[in-house]
Amino acid sequence: MTNAIEASGLVKTYAGKVKALDGLSVTVESGSVFALLGPNGAGKSTTVKILTTLSKPDAGQASVAGLDVLRQPERVRRAVGCVAQKSGVDIQATGRENLMLQGHLYGMRGKELEQRVSGLLERFGLTDSARRIARTYSGGMQRKLDVAMGLVHKPQVLFLDEPTTGLDPESRADMWGEIARLTAEEGLTILLTTHYLEEADKLARRLSIVDEGRVVAEGSPDELKGELKGDAVHVELASGEAGRAIEALAPLADVRDVTLEDGRLLHLHADNGAQAVPVILQALEAGGVNVASVTVARPSLDDVYLKYTGRSFEKAEATAAEVNR
Amino acid sequence: MIALRHTLYLTIRQVKAFLRQPWYLALTLAQPIIWLLLFGALFKKIVEIPGFGSKSYITFLTPGIVVMSAVFSGGWSGMSMIDDLDHGVMDRFLVAPTNRGALMVGRIAPQVLTTIIQSLILVGLALAVGATFPGGAAGIVMLIVCAALLSVGFSMLSNGLALMLRREESVIAAVNFILLPLTFLSSAFLQQSLAPKWIQQIAKYNPVNWAVQAGREALNKSGDWGFVMAHAGYLLAFAVVCALLATRAFRSYQRSV
Repeated sequence: MTNAIEASGLVKTYAGKVKALDGLSVTVESGSVFALLGPNGAGKSTTVKILTTLSKPDAGQASVAGLDVLRQPERVRRAVGCVAQKSGVDIQATGRENLMLQGHLYGMRGKELEQRVSGLLERFGLTDSARRIARTYSGGMQRKLDVAMGLVHKPQVLFLDEPTTGLDPESRADMWGEIARLTAEEGLTILLTTHYLEEADKLARRLSIVDEGRVVAEGSPDELKGELKGDAVHVELASGEAGRAIEALAPLADVRDVTLEDGRLLHLHADNGAQAVPVILQALEAGGVNVASVTVARPSLDDVYLKYTGRSFEKAEATAAEVNR
Repeated sequence: MIALRHTLYLTIRQVKAFLRQPWYLALTLAQPIIWLLLFGALFKKIVEIPGFGSKSYITFLTPGIVVMSAVFSGGWSGMSMIDDLDHGVMDRFLVAPTNRGALMVGRIAPQVLTTIIQSLILVGLALAVGATFPGGAAGIVMLIVCAALLSVGFSMLSNGLALMLRREESVIAAVNFILLPLTFLSSAFLQQSLAPKWIQQIAKYNPVNWAVQAGREALNKSGDWGFVMAHAGYLLAFAVVCALLATRAFRSYQRSV
């Protein structure tokens, strides 16, 4: 089995609302991290709910770990772990009680379960707080407990629905380290949803950009960014000689889209940033322009998102927030 | 087997949570005491109405308040389901291979505990202010059994309703809409023979009335135990039907998420 998740043509409409999913398809290779990237309301959580058997699609089919989500939901449930977007921690129970109950529900018992629970508490740094009521946990600790619960029964496929939303930068970095470790050391397949471009870029081997219930682009982060053709080059001028600088760059065949910001910052695109930099510097020097700094940036997923959906990621987020209100 | 085991684990969870909320417990206990003393004082002279049949109103009223308290604590118990939904706990259980019936039946224990504690306090208080229960300990136990079965039934309905409505306000509105009328359509406060004919007719099919009448009969000097056991049987059937209906609500919930 090479694909841990195969879903095609998923459609889901909630009563009285717009289409949450509009023919979404996704394929995830075993043992890899795959990200669904998109703003709130794009359909990411709905996809996770369907793939983990919580919800049923109106149309389409899906299999997880080789099992049909619609025909064999009981077996799918045993094969997957799920960390939902809103935490599933029982805040009136202790950390250990949460984990023990979760294990019991998957049919684990006795020594085996106790060892597994102790191991997970240790691994997520929760051993010292294991006997405290989860209500007293910080957001980061609750999130770790969530992930630990998703792992109790050693699932083949783990779903992480926005695992780092609302976490402080330190907890986020912790979580990223943990996610990377899970696939590297345990060969777990992870489907992760996120609205952080950086998160998808950092963790996912492949990703789909989701917008309005469908996939608008799919590939590895580098492939997607590569499709944008070229790098962004930012040139900071030492003194206000912007007019002369633009003039000096005009004849260069390799340089496009020159824009000026604040009278001293030039943004431009070049097919190959690294090769273009010396040429640009030479031209500016010849034109008598002093340069303070030059940076070359690979296009970001933000640029990719803009290209495929026609709006910036931030703008999409703001619109989604308004719709949800 | 799995269903039983899951029920056991989920029961332990609920009972622990129940014991960790002493304030909630104190509040659920205080309310019925107020009912008993308030109604007892307000309608004290009601026994003077010809044909009432009982000499002490507090003696007459106690099974009524015990049952009413059971109805309301059962009715409100769906709030804990709303809590579990809001905290994502229920979704986590549903994504795990958890037995659906166990998710409902596992919520019964704290309900029964509440009813037992509530009822014992009410009976003790009633005795302290002069009520007499010739039916003795057996009668009191039977009253509590009937009250507990009734509260379990309403608790299941309330939890099922919570799954379908998913909002606290909606559940509060629905519960208020149903429970108070059902209580007044019983002989909890007034001798049935003194109520209008149409109320007497409806009361025959009202589970709240089954519990009140069975409980009151069991407390009598030489109660008709055939009547008591038959009504306890109806109440058991009511509780089972409610649990089955409530379990079906998971399907409706999963269709809507």
